[in-house]
Amino acid sequence: MQKIMVCIKRVVDYNVRIRVKPDGTGVMLDGVKMSINPFDEIALEEALRIKERGTNIEVVAVSIGVTDTQQQLRTALAMGADRAILVQTDAAVEPLTAAQIFLALAKKENPDLIFLGKQAIDDDANQTGQMLAAIWDRPQATYASKVEIAAGKASVTREIDAGLETIEVDLPAVVTVDLRLNEPRYVKLPDIMKAKKKPLDVTSLDALGVSAGVLLKVIKTEPPPQRQKGVMVKDVAELVDVLKKKGLI
Amino acid sequence: MHKILIVGEHDGKNLNPATAKCVHCAAGISGGEITIVVLGADTAAVAGQAAAIAGVKSVLRVDRPENQHPLAAIFAPQLVALATDFTHIFGPSTSFGKDLMPRVAALLGVPQVSDLMAVEGSHRFKRPTYAGNAIVTVEAEPARKLVATVRVASFEAAKGGGSATVESKSLSVALPSHTRYIGAKTGSTDRPDLQTAKRVVSGGRALGSAENFKLLFSFADKIGAAVGASRAAVDAGYAPNEMQVGQTGKIISPDIYIAIGISGAIQHLTGIKDARTIVAINKDGEAPIFEVADVGLVGDLFQIVPEFERLVGG
Ligand SMILES: Cc1cc2nc3c(=O)[nH]c(=O)nc-3n(C[C@H](O)[C@H](O)[C@H](O)COP(=O)(O)OP(=O)(O)OC[C@H]3O[C@@H](n4cnc5c(N)ncnc54)[C@H](O)[C@@H]3O)c2cc1C
Ligand SMILES: Cc1cc2nc3c(=O)[nH]c(=O)nc-3n(C[C@H](O)[C@H](O)[C@H](O)COP(=O)(O)OP(=O)(O)OC[C@H]3O[C@@H](n4cnc5c(N)ncnc54)[C@H](O)[C@@H]3O)c2cc1C
Repeated sequence: MQKIMVCIKRVVDYNVRIRVKPDGTGVMLDGVKMSINPFDEIALEEALRIKERGTNIEVVAVSIGVTDTQQQLRTALAMGADRAILVQTDAAVEPLTAAQIFLALAKKENPDLIFLGKQAIDDDANQTGQMLAAIWDRPQATYASKVEIAAGKASVTREIDAGLETIEVDLPAVVTVDLRLNEPRYVKLPDIMKAKKKPLDVTSLDALGVSAGVLLKVIKTEPPPQRQKGVMVKDVAELVDVLKKKGLI
Repeated sequence: MHKILIVGEHDGKNLNPATAKCVHCAAGISGGEITIVVLGADTAAVAGQAAAIAGVKSVLRVDRPENQHPLAAIFAPQLVALATDFTHIFGPSTSFGKDLMPRVAALLGVPQVSDLMAVEGSHRFKRPTYAGNAIVTVEAEPARKLVATVRVASFEAAKGGGSATVESKSLSVALPSHTRYIGAKTGSTDRPDLQTAKRVVSGGRALGSAENFKLLFSFADKIGAAVGASRAAVDAGYAPNEMQVGQTGKIISPDIYIAIGISGAIQHLTGIKDARTIVAINKDGEAPIFEVADVGLVGDLFQIVPEFERLVGG
């Protein structure tokens, strides 16, 4: 094991209550707090733990996004990534394009493992890792809640609807991480200072030979239907009464 | 004409009800012809069940030993080979479909529509983003094949009584050996399945321990409900991961959802938006769960739940 690549996406912070623009053209993002996708923090933490258990393992954090995405990559460097690459673009990048970009980076970097989040909490697509594994022609282990590395292999426990499943994959492989894999570390101030000196390369879609086409046209964005305000009951007897009247119990 | 291939989910014995929900969704595409494919080591039983879903024209069986376990890396190339004859390829938005379908889409070089929640046209659909707080309408290029996962909570199961033809397919597709199934640990339970249950009782951090969760199990058994949990309860080890409801857990649509000691974080609410009736029990009258609850009761769950169980029994 020599190199681990971690894909870090800049997203609206999970604490932000998102609002749809009145004209239906998207959500309001002006001045909204942006953070590393929570799943990607877990992905990075896992890479760092593998690095710390081994010797001479390099962790490379990569992202695709606007110039300001450098903030999230600096955070990744402060957490402990060795270097970072930003594929800078203002375009909306769909999962298939993101996978093509990561493939181009994988071909340059030759990582043994690529970690991604299982989903990004903005678009909730839950696709990029699987697509990357497909076009890289390598195994995928999605929704990981435990990752064990042994000579040339990874044993991954996955959170599935029925419980937990364990699979073994040959390296190089793509692993997408679930919430319970680990708890990411907090970044300390001295690390933030140190991170400023770590390399952060900026490249472009052109340089990687990928074009960001629009495969899925977004016609409109709207808020979800609101539920009607309900009733408050004063005690259990009244609760049971209401539910019986509705024929629910 | 639209030819729609639905990837059936099953455990070797039973077809998952998510499949019939995909059929219902696909039936919304007018002029569509629906085929279900089942991959497995021996799919005789599940193919029979698939053929009985109303609205299905044919069922394809792809039996080979490598298909014993649903590994995306093994299934995907076979589905790509089958896809030639189809315009749409749908799978359920379950952990099975979410793992598999993007791999199929990428091999076909086409995008995927995740969590399709409403059909607006043969290539125009609605899907949720931002934990369900922004619903987008997306349109795909009709010239390309369309891959999608179907948000099962948005659709009722198609009815039975169908009589589709069943055909065995042998595909000469080379399969990779880089991915191997080792084993699974699944919570076997006699309780209704969380994803399809009509009634769900769900507990949060307030339960305080796995021991206290038994309070919910006892109540759930009394009313024939499945049991769910918030992420906080799962993280704390009070309940296993397969019980998590929410953005990153299960998205469910029971007739009644009883949230007990759950605050109502947006990530949790995403999972229960489609419940017909939400009942909230929480000691904090300001808890956000009351903003979405149809019926709310403020109080201590440790007093309320046993009394609730006693009174519904009568
Ligand atoms: C017209 C249009 C407008 C859009 N506008 C915006 C917008 O303003 N802001 C916005 O955030 N999104 C926008 N999107 C969506 C965004 O481009 C997609 O969210 C993204 O390409 C991939 O979807 P996902 O992140 O949900 O993928 P998922 O498959 O859910 O992501 C899984 C994992 O892949 C990795 N990953 C995915 N994308 C990246 C990335 N760019 N960099 C690093 N790692 C990544 C991460 O590890 C992530 O955890 C827009 C999409 C369209 C079509
Ligand atoms: C990326 C991401 C994904 C997430 N995905 C999910 C998800 O899929 N599902 C999910 O559930 N969460 C998810 N979360 C977590 C979510 O944000 C909340 O932290 C979580 O839902 C809180 O669980 P809770 O309501 O049980 O706990 P708390 O928020 O701690 O609420 C406990 C509630 O119990 C009440 N209470 C306490 N004692 C009693 C008593 N004796 N009687 C009655 N009421 C009492 C309190 O008033 C409080 O309202 C996610 C978070 C992130 C960042």
